Amino acid sequence: MSDPLLPDPTAPLTPSGNLRRRQAVSRITEGAATAAAVVALAALVLVLWTVVSRGAGVISFDFIFKGYPEGVGPMLLGTIVIALLATAIAMPIGVLVALYVTEYSGAKGARTLKLILDLLNGLPSIILGLFAFVFIVEAQEKQTGFAGSVALAIIELPLIARGSQEVLQLVPINLREASDALGVARWRTVLSVILPSALGGIVTSTILAVARAAGETAPLILATSAFDPKKFSVNPFEALPNIPTWIYKVSEEGNPNGYAEAWGMSLVLVFIILVTSLGARALLARSKRKLSS
Amino acid sequence: MSASASAARAPGRGAQVSDLRKRADAFGDRGMFGICLLAALLAGGTIFLVGFQIVHGAVPAIDKFGFSFVYDTTWQPNFGRFGAGVLLFGTAVTSAFALLLGGPIAIAIGLFLTLLAPKSIGAVIGPLVELLAAIPSVILGFWGLVVLAPYLQEHVEPFLADKLGFVPIFGDPQTTGLSVFTASLILTIMVIPIIASISRDLFRSVPPELQDGAAVLGSTRWEVVRGIVLPTTSSGVIAACILGLGRALGEAIAVSQVIGAGSEIKANLFAPGSTLAAQIALQFPGALTELHKAALFYCGVILLAIGLAANLLAGWIGRRFSYGGAVNW
Amino acid sequence: MSSSVPSRVRIQDKAPAIPVGVTETTVEIQPVVAPELVFDSREVSIFYGAKQALAGVNLGIRHGQITALIGPSGCGKTTFLRSLNRMNDSVSGFRIEGQILYHGHDVYGSSVDRVEVRRRIGMVFQKPNPFPKSIYDNVAWAPRNLGLRRGLDERVENALRGAALWDEVKDRLKDSALGLSGGQQQRLCIARAIAIEPDVLLLDEPASALDPIATGAIEDLMHSLKGRFTIVIVTHNMQQAARVADRTAFFSLETAGPKPVGTLIEVDETTRIFGEPRDPRTRDYVSGRFG
Repeated sequence: MSDPLLPDPTAPLTPSGNLRRRQAVSRITEGAATAAAVVALAALVLVLWTVVSRGAGVISFDFIFKGYPEGVGPMLLGTIVIALLATAIAMPIGVLVALYVTEYSGAKGARTLKLILDLLNGLPSIILGLFAFVFIVEAQEKQTGFAGSVALAIIELPLIARGSQEVLQLVPINLREASDALGVARWRTVLSVILPSALGGIVTSTILAVARAAGETAPLILATSAFDPKKFSVNPFEALPNIPTWIYKVSEEGNPNGYAEAWGMSLVLVFIILVTSLGARALLARSKRKLSS
Repeated sequence: MSASASAARAPGRGAQVSDLRKRADAFGDRGMFGICLLAALLAGGTIFLVGFQIVHGAVPAIDKFGFSFVYDTTWQPNFGRFGAGVLLFGTAVTSAFALLLGGPIAIAIGLFLTLLAPKSIGAVIGPLVELLAAIPSVILGFWGLVVLAPYLQEHVEPFLADKLGFVPIFGDPQTTGLSVFTASLILTIMVIPIIASISRDLFRSVPPELQDGAAVLGSTRWEVVRGIVLPTTSSGVIAACILGLGRALGEAIAVSQVIGAGSEIKANLFAPGSTLAAQIALQFPGALTELHKAALFYCGVILLAIGLAANLLAGWIGRRFSYGGAVNW
Repeated sequence: MSSSVPSRVRIQDKAPAIPVGVTETTVEIQPVVAPELVFDSREVSIFYGAKQALAGVNLGIRHGQITALIGPSGCGKTTFLRSLNRMNDSVSGFRIEGQILYHGHDVYGSSVDRVEVRRRIGMVFQKPNPFPKSIYDNVAWAPRNLGLRRGLDERVENALRGAALWDEVKDRLKDSALGLSGGQQQRLCIARAIAIEPDVLLLDEPASALDPIATGAIEDLMHSLKGRFTIVIVTHNMQQAARVADRTAFFSLETAGPKPVGTLIEVDETTRIFGEPRDPRTRDYVSGRFG
C-alpha cells in the first residue's frame, strides 16, 4: 500500500531512503563548482604573478620616462595619445547614439540600434585592423596613430553607447515630465538636466571602454606598428609608438634578452588597465544605485 | 503654453523675446534630433563600411580561388596558391576545445558565485573572475609563450602522449610547446570570464520562490540546480556560450603567439597549427604580393561571416527562448 | 488523560452506537486520549540579528489535526511556521533559542539533515509557485528525485485527486502549469506537496492570494486532507480558522522589553478560542476590536 521508501516519521531526522546518496552527489557537484572557481582564480594569479615578478625589476624612473633603449617612454606616451584620440572620436558619438535610443527612437529603432551595437561589439579586432589598414593606412600611404585610433574608436563605441544608455534610462521620467510641463524645450532639458544627472555613469562607461581598448593589439598591428621607439611623439599622423605592438613584436622575435622590458611594459599596461577597470566599475555601480533610488 | 503666458505678462518686448526663444527652441530640438540621428546612422553605417572594405579587399582572391578556398589546404605565398582549409580546421578545433572545456567550468563558476559562495566571498571572487577578462590578449599570449608552453611541453604533453597516445589527438609533443593544445588552453582562459559573468547574472535572476518551492519538497541543492535553475536559464546560458565561442573564433593575437604557425592539418593536438585570425595577424604585416593580402582578406571575410553569425545566433536564442530575462546588456 | 494506549489514536467524536433490542449492555467507554504530539516547541525564541521576532513560544501540534496560527500582521506566526521546517535557515542573522521537537527529535539538532526535515514536513506558500514545467512534471518531480518511480502515474493522479484538481487537469497533464488559474496553481502546489506523502503539511496563508471561490475550494480541501496529514496553517482570516481548524493558537505583539515582540497569547480548541477565550487580548482580537 504505502511505498517502502517512505520514511518513518518518528525516526531520527537523519537521511532516510536514498537521501544519503543524493546528498553525496550534491556535495560532489558543490565541490566541482568550487574547483572551477579555484581554477579560474589560479589562472588569474599565475598570469599576474608572472607579470609582476618578471616586470617589477625592470621598472624605474628611466624605464617610464626615457626613450629606447633606456626606457619605453615613447611607447607609453603613444599609447595614451592613441587612446585619447580614440575616445575623443568614440565618446561623443556613443553618447549621442545612447541619447537617440532613450530620447527619440521608438521600440523598433531601439531594437535595431541594440542589434547594431551588439554586432559592432562582436567584430573581431583583427578585422578592425584590416579595416583601418585598407581604409586609412592605404589611403594615406603610411601607418598612422590616427588609423589605430579609428579602429579603437569602433571598439569603444558600443561600450560607451550601451553604458550611457543604461544610465540615461535610469534618469527618472518625472524629471522629463516636469521639464515638459514647464514648457522647456527638449534639447534644453537634455543638456541641463538629463545629461548632467547621467554624467557619472557616462564617464565611468567611457573609462571602462578605454581600459578595454588600451589593451587591444590587433587593430594596431596593421595601423601603427612600424615606429621609431627612440622618439617621443604626440603626432597622430605618423606611426605612433605604443605598448601592445611592442610587446607583440618582442614575443614574436623570440629573443629572450628582450623579454624583461616586455614584462615591464606588460606590468605598466596591466596596472593601468586593472586599476581603472576596478575603479570605474565601482563608480558605475555607485552612480547606478544613486539614480535608481 | 508658456509663450502666451509670458506674452500676457509682458506684452510687446515679452512677445519678442518669447518669439526668439521659440525659434531657438525649435531649432535646438531639431538640431539635437538631427545629430543624434546622425550618430545612430554613423554607427549602423560603420558596420556596412567595415564589411564592405573587407569584402572589397578580398575580391582578387575570391576571383582567383572561388569557393574552393574554403577547403583547399595549400597555403604557399611564394607560389601564389592559397587555401584556408588548414586555417578553418585550426579555428574549429581551438574554438571547440575552448568552448567544451571552458563552458562547463564557466557555468560551474556562475553556480558557485550565486548559489554556493557566501555573499562576502562571492563579492570578491566575482570581480576577480571578471578581471581575467581585462587582461590584454597580447600579455596572455606572451605568458602562454614564455610560461605555459614550456610547462606543457615538459610536464603535461609527454604524460598525455604516453598514457593516452593510442588516441590520435595525443601525439608527439613539439620541442617548443607551441601547439594547437596550448592555443586552445589560452582561448579557454579567455572564454571563461565571458560565459561566467553572463551565467552568474542569469542564475541570480531565477526567482527565489521557485527555488524555495523546490527546497520544501525535500530536494538537495544539486537537485534544485538541475531541476529548476538550469532549465529556466538554459537558453540564456547557451547564448552566453555562443558569445564566448564568438570571442574565441576572433582571437588573433594570443593565438598567433602560441600556436606555432603550422601549415598542415594534423590530428595531433600537440602539433603546431594556425587559425583564420592568427594567420592574418602573423602574415599580413609581411605580405608582399597583392594576392597574398587578398587571400588574407578572404580569410577575414570568412572570419567576419562566422563571427557575425555567432553574434546573431546568440542574440536570437537569448531573445526567443528566454523565460523572464533575456541576455540583457 | 492518557493511559497505556498506542499512539496515533484518533479522538472518537461519536460514542459507539448501542444496538437496539439489547437489554443488558456493557458499555465500553473509550478513553479519550489526546493525539500524539508531532511538534513540541519549548520556550522557542527567534532572533534576526539583534531584533527579536518571537519570545518564549510553548506550543504543541497534535497528530492528524489542523492547527491554525492566527494574529495580527507581523506577530511572528509565519516566522514560527517556517522555523518548523528550517526554512528560516537562509535568512541572514537567524537565530533560534529553545527547542522545537519533532516526534521527540530536536529539529535543530547537530546531526539533523535539513533536506530530510523538509521531506517529512512539507510546505505550501502564500503565493502559488508552480515550476515552469508541465502539470504532470510539477507533481512528479520530487517523487522522481526520491526514487519513487514505480507507479508514478498513479501517484500523480492520487495527488491531484487529493488536491481536488484531477478532474480539471486530467486531459491536459502535459500542458504547462503556468497556464492554470491562481486557484488551480495553488491546488497544484498542494498536490505537489502531498505527492511525496509527507508527515506534516505547513500552509502559509494558502488562500490569501486567491479569490473567494478558490479560497472555498482550498478550505474544502483541507477537511479532506485532515486525517492523512498533520496540518499547521497560518491565516489572517479568522473565519477561515474557525471553519477549518481543530485547535487555534493566537499570536500577538507584546511589548515585553524595548521593542514589541511576537508572543503566543493563547492556544486551545478552536471552539473555545472563538467562543470563550481565556485571555482578554484574545477576546479583543477575535471580536474584531483590533488587528
